Amino acid sequence: MEEFEIPKQPGSNYLTAEYGLKSWLLTKDHKRIALLYLGAISFFFFIGSLYAMAIRLELLTPQGDLMQSSTYNKTFTQHGIIMVFFFLIPSIPATLGNFLIPMMIGAKDLAFPRINLLSWYIYMIGGVITIYALLAGGVDTGWTFYVPYSTTFSNSYVIATGLGIFINGFSSILTGLNFIVTIHTMRAPGMTWFRLPLFVWSHYATSLIMILGTPVVAITILLVALERLAHIGIFDPAAGGDPVLFQHLFWFYSHPAVYIMVLPAMGVVSELIANFSRKNIFGYKFVAFSSLAIAVLGFLVWGHHLFVASQSVYAGMIFSFLSFTVAIPSAIKVFNWTATLYKGSISYDTPMLYGLGFIGLFTIGGLTGMFLASLATDVHLSDTYFVVAHFHYIMVGGTLLAYLGGLHYWWPKISGRMYPEGWGRFSALIVFVGFNLTFSPQFLLGYMGMPRRYHTYPAELVSWQVLHVLSTAGASILGVGLMIPLIYLAWSLRYGRIAEANPWHLPGLEWQTASPPPTENFLTTPIVTHEAYEFASPEHKEVVGKFERQQPAES
Amino acid sequence: MPEGLATTHEHASHPALRHHFENMEQQREAGALGMWVFLVTEIMFFGGMFLAYTLYRAQYPAAFVSASNHLDITLGAVNTGVLIVSSFTMAMAVWSTQVGRNRTTIICLILTMILGATFLGIKAVEYHDKYNDHLIPGRLIPSRPFSPEVAQPGDTDKHKLHLIEGANVHNVELFYWIYFAMTGMHALHMIIGLGIMTVILIMAWRNKFSPEYHAPVEISGLYWHFVDIIWIFLFPLLYLLGRHLEGHIG
Repeated sequence: MEEFEIPKQPGSNYLTAEYGLKSWLLTKDHKRIALLYLGAISFFFFIGSLYAMAIRLELLTPQGDLMQSSTYNKTFTQHGIIMVFFFLIPSIPATLGNFLIPMMIGAKDLAFPRINLLSWYIYMIGGVITIYALLAGGVDTGWTFYVPYSTTFSNSYVIATGLGIFINGFSSILTGLNFIVTIHTMRAPGMTWFRLPLFVWSHYATSLIMILGTPVVAITILLVALERLAHIGIFDPAAGGDPVLFQHLFWFYSHPAVYIMVLPAMGVVSELIANFSRKNIFGYKFVAFSSLAIAVLGFLVWGHHLFVASQSVYAGMIFSFLSFTVAIPSAIKVFNWTATLYKGSISYDTPMLYGLGFIGLFTIGGLTGMFLASLATDVHLSDTYFVVAHFHYIMVGGTLLAYLGGLHYWWPKISGRMYPEGWGRFSALIVFVGFNLTFSPQFLLGYMGMPRRYHTYPAELVSWQVLHVLSTAGASILGVGLMIPLIYLAWSLRYGRIAEANPWHLPGLEWQTASPPPTENFLTTPIVTHEAYEFASPEHKEVVGKFERQQPAES
Repeated sequence: MPEGLATTHEHASHPALRHHFENMEQQREAGALGMWVFLVTEIMFFGGMFLAYTLYRAQYPAAFVSASNHLDITLGAVNTGVLIVSSFTMAMAVWSTQVGRNRTTIICLILTMILGATFLGIKAVEYHDKYNDHLIPGRLIPSRPFSPEVAQPGDTDKHKLHLIEGANVHNVELFYWIYFAMTGMHALHMIIGLGIMTVILIMAWRNKFSPEYHAPVEISGLYWHFVDIIWIFLFPLLYLLGRHLEGHIG
């Protein structure tokens, strides 16, 4: 890394370059926009968590004593909508991806800074409309908006919510567009495709899904709104329409959307595992291409949401088979991460704890997905708590953990301060325990037949209540585990130890500039001469031989 | 500005070069790729409606043929011609910017806009005809519900709906939904296109473009051609398919 120098005493960084509210609301700096997103999605995550707590409190007892069924329907719907569309989908790409992709490829900014800012405003407008719908009376269709309930029978604010999600979709499209163009055209000299950090590869794959899938859900939601407003009949059998068409269109986006949520998480985990084992990632190209494979296969499996929705059994068999094939690239990643750990010099800092947690929980989430991809078992498990537990292991155990891991890992770069390591490890442990206690009982509940989206269950089934109590207790622990980082990260902004440019001593480009970085990221355009995750200098490698354990470049 | 003067970079920097790009070539590439990616999302957006069209056409062929036959093929064909010519003038505008003939660029852009507006005008006439024939589907216009007069055998009144064997008027309504959704979304894209062309025209008027800097014309040209291509698919699907079955009208 001798081609360019780390500014020792930078005149100003991106945080101090300008002051005042206007300098933030009109900024075109990708790093500032990332922070705007960070604030906004944290807010939505908080709202979504409140709904989650309300759900868990209601299910503490078999009777519907906290809320009525209609209130409960709105609660889980709004939990789903806020969490999926306003937290999980933008979470890692819009914050960490936005902040890091230009830095990792040695660029001054994303290709379209104004579009980047526009995407944040679109996100906020969509968010405000959705919040309005929630305050005005809420929506009770489930986050999936299934017709004919959403078009004909629901008396809640379907159109306003749909409009919010429709608008929000364009922010996701613009982010994906910006990433693809940036990765194609803005790489620094020497930054070839196979020198890109895997974080960038996974965001490239994510962006492909964003630009291909999101427009389809946009037109679908538009059609639902039209059906509701003017009764166009496109999903109404009485007029010759087909309600199952809605499910096909919806899941054509919303299944790939799962990979929008988890692929960036996998990118973060690839960084964490390689860097905190101080080893080049095992099978770089396999990990890189498995991201693309997941993106492509992800578009071919939507029919597994329709196994019990009158889909032909032959279509079901094909979708079942294709769903199993997604396990291959996913398993490649898990095996390669594990192989990377082998003989690595592993340090158990907070980000790594989250990274290791991700591997375990993602594996459980992925394997239980196989149960649901099997036609016969799905008939038993469909629409039960088994499904709820499965996707929460992917969404929370996967995406949320990776998001927190990434946030801690890059926190010194983002804020220029270190977070308190002891508190970090402590809360990572609490999150892990709380998460498992919340969702593992739900696998059993689902297997025993507890359907999702019910606010009561038979009082005589004591085992159900025991499991629900465990789950609620776990959710409380998880809640505490998530509050602690909120407090100490805010605390560290003022009182944290000042971070050096490269606190973890890593080779990635983002660490070769000041913390926090200057507005244009690097003082001079970097020239890249090495692979990603290269922990030994070429001379050093020649001496010790490539089978020797590689030493950290500096320590 | 003469090249080589007033530059902070080691090489001459064009006044239109944004700070985060290394050079004009990189900036042009990024812009063009950005537009291509955006057009991919547009294809997926229209794709949902094309899927609905395909599905229901396969399910209700007779109703779709009857509804399609009611569309005005002459106006549709003229509009197709208008758009193809506008694509040509747009291509000429891009070419003339690349070779630095600013006057030609301005003329071509104005012609493109006139043709685009002509298309929208003809489309409005068609929509008005459908309104007169009570073919606006559902409660889109509450005072004017979908209630076309169905022609009896032997009746040749063009304003009545001629149903072929097996056609159901409900499914004709479904066709008109798809017709209005697709052509309406297309018209919206045309209107946006006219807005873009206005901006480009003003820039050309102010001599912003040169052989070194013509990316905005090129990129908006991509968009314009895309909107034309959508119509090239809509015209046969909505107007032409199944026209040979007209003899079967009962």
